[in-house]
Amino acid sequence: MTGPVYRADSPALRLTIELEGLTLVYHRPSGTTHVLGPPAPELLAALAEGPADIAEMVRRLQRLHDLDGGGGIEPVIAARLEELEAAGLVHRG
Amino acid sequence: MRYRLSLKVGPIGFRIGSAWPGPIAALRGLYAGYPGPDDGIADFTVRLEPERPWRRWLRPSVAIHGDHMLPDAAPLALAHGLLAAEMGMNLQMALGLRRYLLLHASAVERDGRALVMTGESGAGKSTLAALLGERGWRLMGDEFALLDPASGALHPFPRAVSLKNSAIALMAADVPEDRFGPVLEDTPKGRIRHLRPRADAIARMADPATPALILFPRYGHARAIRPIGPAEVFVRLTQASTNYVSLGEAGFRALTGLVAATPACAIDYPDTEAAVSLVETLWANLDS
Repeated sequence: MTGPVYRADSPALRLTIELEGLTLVYHRPSGTTHVLGPPAPELLAALAEGPADIAEMVRRLQRLHDLDGGGGIEPVIAARLEELEAAGLVHRG
Repeated sequence: MRYRLSLKVGPIGFRIGSAWPGPIAALRGLYAGYPGPDDGIADFTVRLEPERPWRRWLRPSVAIHGDHMLPDAAPLALAHGLLAAEMGMNLQMALGLRRYLLLHASAVERDGRALVMTGESGAGKSTLAALLGERGWRLMGDEFALLDPASGALHPFPRAVSLKNSAIALMAADVPEDRFGPVLEDTPKGRIRHLRPRADAIARMADPATPALILFPRYGHARAIRPIGPAEVFVRLTQASTNYVSLGEAGFRALTGLVAATPACAIDYPDTEAAVSLVETLWANLDS
């Protein structure tokens, strides 16, 4: 794998409630509440399979969500992962 | 403390002590008919004391103390001792409550179902709840609603309603004089007068209700009903709760459960009568 590798806490450490298109997440380790819109919940679900770099994330999302594999998707996913990292839901390395 | 009073509001017992007789006498009058705490044991203590020992006599000012303290709570003039007691009780609830998710909201009940109203200070939730409490609803509380994380039920906190400025004359048209406390002039919130809820609201202070409708009222605008998405309702309610964070996962479960099960909308209204009519319309349409 190349580039940064992302990982997330086990899904068991998050309490997740769907509310009309948005996802409310209670993150047990930090005690913080997050309101997530797509594709953040999908990224967390893909990371539940284990750590992954951007290329692996694209492969998982294509498999899980029938993602269009057209070019230019990697920077979008990297930006969303950085947001989740800033929120404390995703870690690097 | 030299002067003392114990009372129960909803499920919460208070012990209020004062260095002066005035605030306790005013509280006794205002809270006539309220029971004492279960087994005489209070959940929270409020102490109204002089800021400095000599200030008990010379230009007396009341500092609010208790189990839970804010370091920068400003002292009030002794003439505002009733307001100091109210603020002290609010402070203990806001900082110390753990049994319930505390929502900064007013609530009224009909047929075992609760209407919850929350919004910024001045949005009119307190006056609207007080008026509905005189118009066929049971007043559950004008300031706090207590959500039980275990059952999802809403518990009343029917303290004396704190009426401000123009709301005082508005309520005086509906309510006999003997249910009002003294007029407090020139407080930090303007003119304030407290109102004891109707006897049935006090007698039924232990009866919870099932949340049925959440409203975000806004006073001073043309009549309108605006939808609010559930995620926004959730976020607004986390902001309206003083102990959401400290309750942790139990708070998250309680609040998401409330939002998922309870319809919500915002209402704008030009005057309180229009708000009462809007509430009755929305309530009548709940089951249709």
